[in-house]
Amino acid sequence: MARDIIRLEGVGKVFDSAKAHVVALEGIDLAIQEGEIFGIIGLSGAGKSTLVRCINLLERPTTGRVIVDDQDMTALPPKALRQARRSIGMIFQQFNLLMQRTALQNICFPMEIAGTPSAEAKKRAEELLGLVGLEDKASAYPAQLSGGQKQRVAIARALATNPKVLLCDEATSALDPTTTRSILALLKEINQRLGITIVVITHEMAVIEEICQRVAIIDQSHIAEIGRVEDIFLRPSSAIARKLIFPDGKPEASFSGNRCLRLVFEGQSIEEPIISGMVLECGAPVSILFADTKHIDGKIYGQMLVQLPDNQKAVFRMLSYLSMRGVHYKEELSDV
Amino acid sequence: MFSPEMWSMLGISILETLYMTLISSLFAYVLGLPLGLLLVATDKGGIWEKRTLNRVLGTIVNILRSIPFIILLVAIIPFTRALVGTSIGSTATIVPLVIAAAPFVARMVESSLKEVDAGVIEAAKAMGASPLQILIKVLLPEAKPSLIVGCAIAVTTILGYSAMSGFVGGGGLGTVAIKYGYHRYQTDVMLICIVFLVLIVQAFQAIGMRIATRGDKRIR
Repeated sequence: MARDIIRLEGVGKVFDSAKAHVVALEGIDLAIQEGEIFGIIGLSGAGKSTLVRCINLLERPTTGRVIVDDQDMTALPPKALRQARRSIGMIFQQFNLLMQRTALQNICFPMEIAGTPSAEAKKRAEELLGLVGLEDKASAYPAQLSGGQKQRVAIARALATNPKVLLCDEATSALDPTTTRSILALLKEINQRLGITIVVITHEMAVIEEICQRVAIIDQSHIAEIGRVEDIFLRPSSAIARKLIFPDGKPEASFSGNRCLRLVFEGQSIEEPIISGMVLECGAPVSILFADTKHIDGKIYGQMLVQLPDNQKAVFRMLSYLSMRGVHYKEELSDV
Repeated sequence: MFSPEMWSMLGISILETLYMTLISSLFAYVLGLPLGLLLVATDKGGIWEKRTLNRVLGTIVNILRSIPFIILLVAIIPFTRALVGTSIGSTATIVPLVIAAAPFVARMVESSLKEVDAGVIEAAKAMGASPLQILIKVLLPEAKPSLIVGCAIAVTTILGYSAMSGFVGGGGLGTVAIKYGYHRYQTDVMLICIVFLVLIVQAFQAIGMRIATRGDKRIR
């Protein structure tokens, strides 16, 4: 079993001002293992951004200890803390690149801070640009790059000082779905190739599903649930987990009726997953009651009986989805 | 319309005006730039938070900025005399100009630096940058275009102040305008002084904007 690279012990954070006393985090115990991709998910305001900032002490916890790579971060004097931060990379929702520096100079920046000789820094920065697939953008300024490219530069910059941990604070929240997927793929690749532990903060379950092995669900300043992503998806035990996984309510509750659909496949390509496509597109599940299909020469023939959800809007969208793809269907009532 | 003597006097006073303005601006930045940096760094949530120091500096700056320039000019005559040996002429005018302009410059610098995205500063902190490194490598370079625009505004303001010093024999175009235009009712001399002042302001402003825009990598 891998060792814990990050350990939070009883971490709490209170924001105190003359007007308000806000408890952002309370009694957080968390252990993140070396080499894993760990997700932290929660609704906005749950405290997840404060939590990730407690790891590199951008926010100093009011109680508890933060141990990163066997070092108690909360006990370090300022200079040692700055040193320790160099082994924790971080990327942000808004990229936070230096606007007056080129991509290459941005990647050199953390190495300048660490005192790396400039020739060496430049060489390393060029390598990193290659790693994130932006060799040709070395002399481009951030204003000339797209959102996805900016985040790639930010990732390269975060990796410049060979960190052991990479913190991603809503790193894909400002990006479109396609770009999000490519950035997540890059993070996964970095995790596998370089063995860097990645902590992903997000409010999107899809991000967790895509790359994380384990996840902690934060709700109202506490950890509501923590475990392997598959387990939490299959058996969410907390209300907040169910809310995040099924934002529109419990799926099992929506099969009260007995409206069914008989689908007739007459040689559609099996390359295209019709049922999953329909479910994803319409955002509602169906229950397969009966299926008898055969694949012949890459094409699908046969019949399938699916039970429709109660959500009328979803049903309407499903029917138009099927007609668009040329699948014949007939509505009937099931007697099961 | 003017005698050759008048033209040469106007020429000399233009040079005097430029001399006062540029030297005063230089010294105003020597004092005002560090002061502005300190105001930003020591502010609440700043990179080197020192609330008491911040309040003291802020109060000093506000007091100096509240004194009308023409009053300051007269009020510090003993200090000026002690420093440069005289209280008239363009060199003597530089002393009150610097004292009046430095706090103004400090506020301009402060506002430029505060425009820098807090996220970028946070990113630098996360990389382990020290407060001094953040100041030199993040705040100043990122605020550069805005600092240059601020500098153009500061220089033109100082130019305006320098003309005011004509009332107490400060030298430059302001003195000519007052001596000839006001005391001797030579309106044409007054007008030509104003025209020259306008041209100089225009030139400084245009140069400043141009440098700022050229150097700004956010544009495109």
